[in-house]
Parts: sequence; C-alpha cells; structure tokens
Amino acid sequence: MLVLIGKRIGIMALTMLAVSILLFLALEFSPGNVATKVLGQFASEEQKDLWLQQNGYFEPLWYRYFSWAGNFISGDLGMSLRYRIPVADIMLPRLWNTAILGFWTFAFMIPVSLILGVLSGMREGSTMDRIISLTSIVTTSIPEFASAVFLSAILVFWLKLLPGTSGMIGGFDPVQLIMPVLVLFIYDFGYVTRMTRASMADVMTTHYIRTAVLKGLPYRQVILKHALRNALIAPFTVIMLQINWLLSGVIVVEFAFAYKGFGALLLEAALNQDLYVIEACTMVAVFVAVTTQTLADIGYTYLNPRIRFQ
Amino acid sequence: MADLTSTITPAFSGGSAFMRAIKSFALLRESPIGMVGAFLVLFWVFVAIFAPLLAPHDPLAILQPFAKPGTVHAKSATTLWLGTDNLGRDILSRIIWGSRTVLIYAPLATLSAYVVGVLMGLAAGYHRGWWDTILSRIADIILSFPVLVLFIIVISTFGASGINIVIAITFASAPGIMRIVRGLVLDLRNRDYVAAAQTRGESALYVMLVEILPNARGPLIVDACVRLGYVIITIGVLGFLGLGLPPPNPDWGGMINEGRKMAMIFPHMTIMPCIAISSLVLGFNLLADGLREVSLRD
Repeated sequence: MLVLIGKRIGIMALTMLAVSILLFLALEFSPGNVATKVLGQFASEEQKDLWLQQNGYFEPLWYRYFSWAGNFISGDLGMSLRYRIPVADIMLPRLWNTAILGFWTFAFMIPVSLILGVLSGMREGSTMDRIISLTSIVTTSIPEFASAVFLSAILVFWLKLLPGTSGMIGGFDPVQLIMPVLVLFIYDFGYVTRMTRASMADVMTTHYIRTAVLKGLPYRQVILKHALRNALIAPFTVIMLQINWLLSGVIVVEFAFAYKGFGALLLEAALNQDLYVIEACTMVAVFVAVTTQTLADIGYTYLNPRIRFQ
Repeated sequence: MADLTSTITPAFSGGSAFMRAIKSFALLRESPIGMVGAFLVLFWVFVAIFAPLLAPHDPLAILQPFAKPGTVHAKSATTLWLGTDNLGRDILSRIIWGSRTVLIYAPLATLSAYVVGVLMGLAAGYHRGWWDTILSRIADIILSFPVLVLFIIVISTFGASGINIVIAITFASAPGIMRIVRGLVLDLRNRDYVAAAQTRGESALYVMLVEILPNARGPLIVDACVRLGYVIITIGVLGFLGLGLPPPNPDWGGMINEGRKMAMIFPHMTIMPCIAISSLVLGFNLLADGLREVSLRD
C-alpha cells in the first residue's frame, strides 16, 4: 500500500513537472512576446530590451524555466499585469469563492446521484430505471450555458425569485449562490448517476447477490448489506474525477453569473493576456486535478479489498 | 466506460461492410430512445444541408433591430418567427446557418481526434512495451488538464479560428480515445484471427487496421456519438466565452453570448440558440444510448 502511494505521488510530481514545462514553453518561449504582453502593444524596442534585460529574459531557456519554477514553488507567483498586485493576492480569495461553489454543488450532487443511481441500477429495465436514465441523459445534454439561460428565464426574469447575477457586490449572499450551484448540479449529476447505475447493475448480476436472494434474505437487506458496499466503490472514483470536470464547469458558470471565482479569473486572464495569472491559475487547476486523480486511485485501491490484499 | 468491452461484436460473417452498417442501424428501430435521437440528429443534418433553401433571410442581413418573435417585417412582408437580434439580424436564419457551422466543425474535430487517438491506441495496445508506456504517459499528462482550461490556453495563445478549434479539440480528445482503443486492442490482440494474420506474415499495420480495428468498431461508434455531443458543447462553450469563431459568423454559442446582456428584456435572443444546441446534443446522446442498448442485446 505504501509503495503504491509513493508511486502515485511520484507520478503526480512528474505530471506536474511535464505540465509546467509545456505551459512555460507555450507562454514564454519567445521573450519578445512576453515583453509585448507585459509592456503593451506600443512599447518601443529599447524599452522592451531594457525590460527583458532587467528581468533576466536573455538567459537561456532552461535557466529561465528553472528560475520560474523555483519562484513558483517558493510562492512567488509574479505580479498581475492587469491589476498590478501580486498574483497570489488575487488568486487566493477567488479560489476560496470557487471552493464554496464546488462544495455546495458536491453537497447536493453526491447524495442525489448516488440515490438515483442505486434506485435505477437495482432493478435494471424497470420503469423507475427508465425514467431516471432518460432524465440523466437529458440533463447532461444541456450545456451549462444553456441551462443557465433556461433557468434564468424562468426563475429570474419570469418568476423573479432569484437574482440573475452572483457578483456578491454587497458582501457574501447565499441567495446569489443558488443559480450557479443549480446549473452545475443539473449538468453534473447525470453522469455520476449513470456511473452508479452501471456499477449497481453490475453488482446485481453477481453470484453473491443471487445467493443472498435465493437463500431468502429480505430484498432490503440484500441491497443495503450486500450490494451497496460493492456498488459504491466505482462511483467514488467517478466523483473524485468529477472535480476535474467541475473545474471546467465553474469557468462557464462563473462567467455566466459574474461570480468572482477562480474560473472567471482564469478566463479573464486568458482574454487579457495577463501572463503570470494564466500561469498561476493553470498550475493550480492542474494541481487540483492531478491531486484528485491521485486520491481517487489511492482511495479505489484502499476500498477494493481484491487489490488491497494482493 | 467499463461496459464498452462487452459490446465487441464477433468477427465478421459475410456481407459487405456497408450492408452490415445498414443492418445495425436498422436494429435501432427496436430502441425508441435511439429513434428519437436519430430523428433529432437527422433533423439538424437536414437543416444544415438545405440551409440556403430553408433560411428565410440572409443571416447577416440587417432587417430591424430588437424585433420580438412573430413580428411582421414591413419591407419584405415576412414574419420574423423567432425575432431579430440587437443588430436586426433574423434569429431563425442565423440558427439555420449556425447548424452548418457546428455540423462542419464538430464532426471534423471528432474525426481528427479519432484518427490520432485510434493510431495512438492501436500502437500502444498492439506493440505494448515502450510504445505503451510512452503513449500512456503522454495521454495521462494531457488528461490531467481540466479540459476547458486547456482549450482556453490554446485558443487564447494561438488565436480563435476554425482550424485552431479543431486542433485544440484533437489535442484534448485524442488521449481519451486512445485509452478506449488501447483497452479494446488488449482484449482483441489474442484472438485467433489475429494470430492467423500474424502467421500469414502480415505487417503490423495490416493486422492493426484490417484485423483489429474493424472488430473494435461497436464500442467506438457509441463513443463517437457521445464524443460528438461533447464536442458540440465545447464549440458552444467557446463561442459563449467569446473564444469561438470570430463574428459575424452565425455560431450558436456566439449568439448566446451576444444576446446574454439583453436576456432580461429580449429572452428570445438566447433561448432559441440554447434550444438548438441542446436538442442536437441530446440527439447524439440518445442515439448513442440506443446504439449501446441495441448492440448489447445481440
């Protein structure tokens, strides 16, 4: 088990290294481009040269990469070109906001999709199964921006129940969180439901479930004691990997509702060529994604006795 | 996608490839959900092909701004069934022409991702060893990016154009396809007909493309349908975020982004393209579900 964890963490570190090299090459390969982004379109060649000189851009590429990576690890993420303040100062509050959004989305999505998935996989082909399956196909087919538009039209403009933007201008307001969470929930729960259903349906065809049914155990007990424990291993991984999807989803939802979160910051930085913010946000996003994948792998191994005791 | 391997169809038993394809689509009749999906997809394909005949107006022509649905356009004496946008362009015509944009770029991007992903997967699964290690590592690295982050960086660094969108989608989707193909190949490479071809002295490329790939087609067709849906969503998202095809191209995502600021007073500007894109994605997802159901049955 320890060897496995060590190996997974090693792979994670290597992935981060590879991603950082790719990112660095994509964004900072040509110093001239960097200077244009930092100093603006209208800077003269002399100004650019001077800036490049001062910031060590005439060093060889590998040296620049290592000093960039070194600064990064020690917490110096550079300055935002747009806001003229350290990147960390902008990014951390934004990350916190997104964490709140993600937390509430998962807080609703996990129980709902697990229950629906189990109900649907319990009796494959039943009316309940068909209704749940169809619902989850329909909801995953509606992109986040479309459900944002549909829900806004109904709940915000027509019934006037909820605010249409979530800028949190007058301080934190939980009511403004409802729409973004709802949109993320609707798009995401279908996938986890389907995966839980597949896992549950799989378990229901195994011999030990048949044995349990044939020896006359009450159906309730078969499901709760025998099926659930095994059926919920696969959804655990799916839910962990869903965090990676959520990182994409928050970009759309935060943009749609003007929520001041991490995804909106990344998008804003990309549209404004705010170089160091793009780099920092991407590394954080990849870090979160890779960490959850690693945790999913380790957790899966831990939960599955067939692998654990090998 | 653990259930994919179970849908591998047995090695072929006579009849041309074309006839067999027709036959498997004929089976779709048994799945009402699949039929609804096929209908939705065919509807939009029909709209895209006959866009010049179906669209009542030029999608770029400026008629009268902010017309509500059903307004009669005085000059041409036509009804603007879905109204016009803020510049006065007919929304129905823009949705009809926009179906062309999405139905050209989404299949193109999916196809290109499939070519790369299938080749990678065949190489990794058939040769194993170093090929497998290196290709799987590359796939892991690309898949560790949250998809949209990858798109935003690629598009904002290299610019928004049709070809860049296709390249970005290929780059992001090929590793996922590779994993599926690799899994299927690992299962198929020990079959007798593969051994027979190897004994005949066929080249590795021949064995991969002629013996293995056709037998892996079932799960891949289902995956392609689901993936097409995702690619359509992706293209829509990019348009919505302002990273899509540059205006004035009629593009569903872009239309939603443009109409968003006026959604409170003129909801028709955003709702109609949202219905269009959702119905097309739903079509592909239902079709995939129907095909999966039918292929599992026999």
